[in-house]
Amino acid sequence: MAELEPRTDGGLEWTYAPAPESRAIVSFEERYGLYIGGETIEPRSGEWFTSISPASEEPLAEVAHAGPEDVDAAVGAARSGFATWSELRPAERAKYLFRIARIIQERSRELAVAESLDGGKPIKESRDVDLPLAAAHFFYHAGWADKLEYAFPNRRPQPLGVAAQIIPWNFPLLMLAWKVAPALACGNSVVLKPAETTPLTALLFADVCRQAELPAGAVNIITGDGSTGAELVRHAGIDKVAFTGSTEVGKAIQRELAGRGVPHTLELGGKAANIVFEDCALDQAIEGIVNGIYFNQGHVCCAGSRLLVQESILEPLLGKLRNRLSTLRLGDPLDKNTDIGAINSRAQLDRITELVASGEAEGAELYQPACELPERGFWFPPTVFTNVAQSFRIAQEEIFGPVLSVMTFRTPAEAVDKANNTAYGLSAGVWTEKGSRILWMADRLRAGVVWANTFNRFDPASPFGGYKESGFGREGGRHGLEAYLRFEG
Amino acid sequence: MEQATTPARTAEPFEPRLTRIGAVDAVALEARAADLAKRSIKRGSKLEALDLIVRMIDLTTLEGADTPGKVAALCAKAMRPDPVDTSVPSVAAVCIYPTLAGEARRRVDGSGVHVASVATAFPSGQSPIAIKVAEARAAVELGADEVDMVIDRGAFLSGRHAEVFDQIVKVREACGPAHLKVILETGELGTYDAVRRASLLAMAAGADFIKTSTGKISPAATLPVTLCMLEAIRDVHVETGRVVGMKPAGGIRHSKQAIQYLCVLHETLGRDWLTPQRFRFGASSLLNDVLMQIRTQKTGVYESPDRFTVD
Repeated sequence: MAELEPRTDGGLEWTYAPAPESRAIVSFEERYGLYIGGETIEPRSGEWFTSISPASEEPLAEVAHAGPEDVDAAVGAARSGFATWSELRPAERAKYLFRIARIIQERSRELAVAESLDGGKPIKESRDVDLPLAAAHFFYHAGWADKLEYAFPNRRPQPLGVAAQIIPWNFPLLMLAWKVAPALACGNSVVLKPAETTPLTALLFADVCRQAELPAGAVNIITGDGSTGAELVRHAGIDKVAFTGSTEVGKAIQRELAGRGVPHTLELGGKAANIVFEDCALDQAIEGIVNGIYFNQGHVCCAGSRLLVQESILEPLLGKLRNRLSTLRLGDPLDKNTDIGAINSRAQLDRITELVASGEAEGAELYQPACELPERGFWFPPTVFTNVAQSFRIAQEEIFGPVLSVMTFRTPAEAVDKANNTAYGLSAGVWTEKGSRILWMADRLRAGVVWANTFNRFDPASPFGGYKESGFGREGGRHGLEAYLRFEG
Repeated sequence: MEQATTPARTAEPFEPRLTRIGAVDAVALEARAADLAKRSIKRGSKLEALDLIVRMIDLTTLEGADTPGKVAALCAKAMRPDPVDTSVPSVAAVCIYPTLAGEARRRVDGSGVHVASVATAFPSGQSPIAIKVAEARAAVELGADEVDMVIDRGAFLSGRHAEVFDQIVKVREACGPAHLKVILETGELGTYDAVRRASLLAMAAGADFIKTSTGKISPAATLPVTLCMLEAIRDVHVETGRVVGMKPAGGIRHSKQAIQYLCVLHETLGRDWLTPQRFRFGASSLLNDVLMQIRTQKTGVYESPDRFTVD
């Protein structure tokens, strides 16, 4: 009888060959003007800036820098756009939103490739998360457009007017959808300013609006840096501000708007606790931890950046986590097998590097898997800090990068205390097999979203927003509509 | 025989100390499996994978109508899957019923292809233990060097875990030097928690491999259930150093599916498990699809299925 060979064979050294998504589907123009009143126009400021790919630092396109006169023109166009758009029958507005949703779906590969090129996120995320969700937001709000009376019975909902919307660079097209879809559904017109480092999908969205034959002026898109955003918020012609971004800028916006009676919603930073109990499904909790902090390179305001682990399972959990990190594939965002893409900008890379150095200086223990970083572009390896005290900067400040701080707790009450001990309150995660504990925790966690046995899940029907310095107002769901309406009843 | 060792933290998988076996979250498990199924395997990586898949196949026939002639044809195919392309390796084993183990042994002897025989009242396992032990022993005496046993799902589902454990230990002893694969029949266990519990139990009782299915029940192997079992294998390995192999069986018909299994394996247990000594596919029609894909990778064209033998 043949004996099986001894089990000493090391197994196949198997590597995945590059599997890049073709970038031929996107052709950027050399220069993008401003999208105002349904037209693409040259900026009166005469200024342009370059949008680069953070993965290669190659220039992708020149983009207009909107100055004060341009902002004024955009608000003016939105004002006349509002007159047309708000007078349309609600079912007509729904028709345009459905059209936009379908066009986003039809052009989703192009938009996903553009998103990954301009922002550095892995194509599998832009393809499987950003684009489907962006389309879903338009579909969802298209459905509400002619049913607002039913969402708010007897309150006679009316649009606010011109909505000034400023969005961040971490989910450029998705944040656009979160802002534009409810605003249009409620009958408002929009002046949107995408982030300086990721303007290109918003400019492609201008083309989507054109293709959908959206009435001129309903959507206006102006590009620029923080000064453009500040100019927009200062403008006397706006009726609403919606901002997603840093807490610092959020505070500046609130100061600017004080006393002006302009309603505003702010979705700001976070330092979410991901709380893992000893009775959890451990392998799946590991996936949740990885998804919580390494999804989109940790450029997620609701990222689970503080891992609170019940002390009794700390060692096995860390062993599994290290093992899992070694399988993460960092590199070309357009490669379909890439798990971790490029850091969005040099400035962000510098901030992450500085905070990680502070963690080491304060005495936390750093772990990074063996991981080769590409030579060009902005990269940071997935990082785990253990021995982190609640008082360290890496446990307090938002890093907005692939950096996890691990702390322990002994009892559910201690977990709640530590989780709530932050200036922020955007999200939290709870991992346990015990349903009653999930409810007990959710009651006590001061966070806008509490995920149970999952993390970073979004749905247009589910309101999203924060507590404390994470901002106020909700986006998504019926609550999200309320932020774009006034009530006469 | 290697001493059966239980994982320290995941607990002793026999009653009554069964509380710390660990839980599985079905939603997240399936999401992870679906995520890994999206890996894009191209060019050289694909050819390497296809070659490995051939080497990992337990080429199977388990029909009432099986005859020596049928098994002879299967053995010929197992040893030389593609007569046109001699670079295509042999499969790992042929998998047959015990009465045909002798015929299979004569056909494959000296080729490196193993003879795996099912036993223990396959597929139901509903026979007295004495008969199951005798059947396993007979299979080995007839020439099987691998035995694929089924667990007693009746005992498992009624909570008699110790009985299942004891039966595996007895069959393990009866197998002597032959390798033991323990079929959990995951399609009958109902939850991933039960699959995990049965996996730990089988490994603790001395399984060399754990295997999803008989192929007689739907669903047979799935990607998530395989991931669940691989995670149990990983836990046992990390905690005790014991090496246990994995065999998904049933329903894997296409190269693309098989490559997805390899990705799950690769990213759960790493390269040490990318060997037929630690991973098998229980399959029959899969082989021809893999041969076709290998030909396509090498020549750039798809050839007619008629150019691949039907055995």
